[in-house]
Amino acid sequence: MPDMAKDIQKKEAESPERGERTRTRRVYMPAVDIIERKNDIIVIADMPGVDEKSVDITIEKNVLTLNGAVDTAIPENRTMYGNEYGIGDYQRVFTLTDEVDKEKIQASVKNGTLKIILPKAEALKTRKITVKAEA
Amino acid sequence: MLWSDMERFGRILDPWREFERMSRAFSRGTSPSAIEFPAVNIWVSGDDALVTAEIPGVDPDSVDISVIGNSLTLRGSRQPEALREGEAYHRRERWQGEFAKTVDLPFAIDAGKVEASCSRGILQVKLPRAEADKPKKIAVKSA
Repeated sequence: MPDMAKDIQKKEAESPERGERTRTRRVYMPAVDIIERKNDIIVIADMPGVDEKSVDITIEKNVLTLNGAVDTAIPENRTMYGNEYGIGDYQRVFTLTDEVDKEKIQASVKNGTLKIILPKAEALKTRKITVKAEA
Repeated sequence: MLWSDMERFGRILDPWREFERMSRAFSRGTSPSAIEFPAVNIWVSGDDALVTAEIPGVDPDSVDISVIGNSLTLRGSRQPEALREGEAYHRRERWQGEFAKTVDLPFAIDAGKVEASCSRGILQVKLPRAEADKPKKIAVKSA
């Protein structure tokens, strides 16, 4: 089993190869858990500050992109006394293999956590190969 | 430690190794990655403090908030997904476990007037400053 995540510091996302961002706000890479089940693969991403309206998931060819826009307004008439996390948007890009049925992908957001279900393509669901004894 | 003790244990207790152990322990406590879950931001004004914490995936009703004097404590847990047979983690980056985080504020809090709300995985706690702790204006009378 992989090591438990101990570092909770947000990591800034790398700029995509296509170019720079037009907005100068920070972009973070959400921490994810990926679980493979019998018929699907689940991606769970921590994106605090994001709801169903501000999250955007796109698939282009085999590239799955998660984008989340966060309201970066800071409280008025207050000064910062402690700062452990930065506020900014989220982005993370995954390359999918052919085993995912792209037409049936589902996503939901609850309490700032995005959950994406990637169903496996019919033909590629775990097959059992029976081994015959040689005559 | 007395020198006679050093002589007795000198072969076992290497002072250089002890120094390295201490410096390791020190850097562990101060490195930026040592932030405990959840990460918090604190904003203050003359009348109150606003503490925000990122708790994605945590049921807001299960978070226990307590205030004593000038410190705020958040307690709760984030449980891993229950796996059935044949299911496996490919990546496991999200923090999991039970948390108890205490933050110290620059002034005493009126515990009876603390308000908390949670939306989109961000907990917001508003902590008014205790009346007795507020700075008092002293009028200067002319003689």
